[in-house]
Amino acid sequence: MSRIGSYFIFLGTLFRNREKLRVYLSLILNECVSIGVGSIFIVALVNTFIGAVTCVQTAYNLTNPFVPRNIIALIVRDSTILELAPTLSCIVLAGKVGSNIAGELGTMRITEQIDALEVMGINSSSYLVLPKVIASVLMFPLLVIMAGFLSILGGYIAGTLAGVISPEEYVSGLRFEYKPFGVSFALIKTVVFAFLVSTISAYQGFNVRGGALEVGSASTSAVTNSCIAIVVADFVLTQVLLT
Amino acid sequence: MIEIKNITKTFTDRQVLAGIDGTFRPGDTSLIIGGSGTGKSVLLKCMIGLITPDSGEVLYDGRNFLTSNIDEQKTIRREMGVLFQGSALFDSKTVLENVRFPLDMLTEQSAAEKNERALECLRRVGLEGAGDRMPSEISGGMKKRVGIARAIVLNPKYLFCDEPNSGLDPLTSIKIDQLIKEITDEYRITTVVITHDMNSMMEIGEKIMFLYKGNKLWEGNSDTLTQSDVAELNEFIYANKLLRETAR
Repeated sequence: MSRIGSYFIFLGTLFRNREKLRVYLSLILNECVSIGVGSIFIVALVNTFIGAVTCVQTAYNLTNPFVPRNIIALIVRDSTILELAPTLSCIVLAGKVGSNIAGELGTMRITEQIDALEVMGINSSSYLVLPKVIASVLMFPLLVIMAGFLSILGGYIAGTLAGVISPEEYVSGLRFEYKPFGVSFALIKTVVFAFLVSTISAYQGFNVRGGALEVGSASTSAVTNSCIAIVVADFVLTQVLLT
Repeated sequence: MIEIKNITKTFTDRQVLAGIDGTFRPGDTSLIIGGSGTGKSVLLKCMIGLITPDSGEVLYDGRNFLTSNIDEQKTIRREMGVLFQGSALFDSKTVLENVRFPLDMLTEQSAAEKNERALECLRRVGLEGAGDRMPSEISGGMKKRVGIARAIVLNPKYLFCDEPNSGLDPLTSIKIDQLIKEITDEYRITTVVITHDMNSMMEIGEKIMFLYKGNKLWEGNSDTLTQSDVAELNEFIYANKLLRETAR
């Protein structure tokens, strides 16, 4: 409980005694490049294959001849938009971005770089962490939108190449019973996950005490705790927004 | 002038500082010496505001740092320069950007003025050609000098150095000590140096404070250091075999 309390106190320090706006703009831009552009490849790769696998596995399980084949595309679409693209992408990003944030801040802590900022009178948590949080909240949704497209495309390619569904059936399934709120739901989830991943990872890194071993442990804790927070928040948001 | 009064600090059940008093004057290079774990670094961190002591006062020219509000503390902090033990240079910035960083963050000068001032400080520490290099590309001694350049870039009134010689060879250590002494004299800075390097004590110790188990056991200067009758101090300074032999 005390760790949860200190996490919320840490969140409070991000927004107190902030530096000038111009200081943050360049930092946010750099973080957007690092978090966003740096994660495109892994997010694209994972989601393309997840879409492909979802399509083929759904086809494998649909043995009833009375169920139309375009249902396969509908299942790929809905599972991608509602769950796979936002949640799975954010878990991948927790591994890549979260461990990076925790490692970077942890190293800065043990090499006294954070102390150096503090003695200059700079709010180190706000200066170092706030740009990462803002960049995550901006870039994660863009990555998830890309992930959704690629996952559905992966399903199309795999399904048509494997001959389990025709291109016309796939497109018709994608258009069938489409609810636009699904996309809003995915983006709301993503923003929440982005905030959780960036702040939990930053908290872990910022509070490292010790040496290289502790930085490694902080990175591991950052990923583990972020993943736990993602799945819990996923359940809560699904309950609140979809029921 | 910096005054510290009755500084105490306890971590869980271990008292690290037990009521330390001291005065550090402008233009003096004051040394805080003692073995590992005697509270030197904790005292320095209490003085620069990285650790809040349990009790006591830290006065910067009469201004009580610990009871000041955030804005007053910021003002005092901007008059401080700190050289950390590991130099604490920002890995992602070049040497020049590291030195310019306090100017970027805390002043409204033009880019040209900031660059000029940062280069002037790099020249002062003998690193005029190293501005474009990354911290990972320079030696430990150069890192210390960049740390000094960054510490003096805002023309501080108070300079703190946490073990400036750690990890350096004796020759480089002497150069760093001399640089600190020259800068202190040149700008009449109040300089506080944490060290357990005997060379530093003998070369630049205009005022020396000896800490032992969180207590101040002795105070003097480099001339009186070897004439003390404090057993703990003698044990500390004559731990070095060469000094023991010389003393005989």
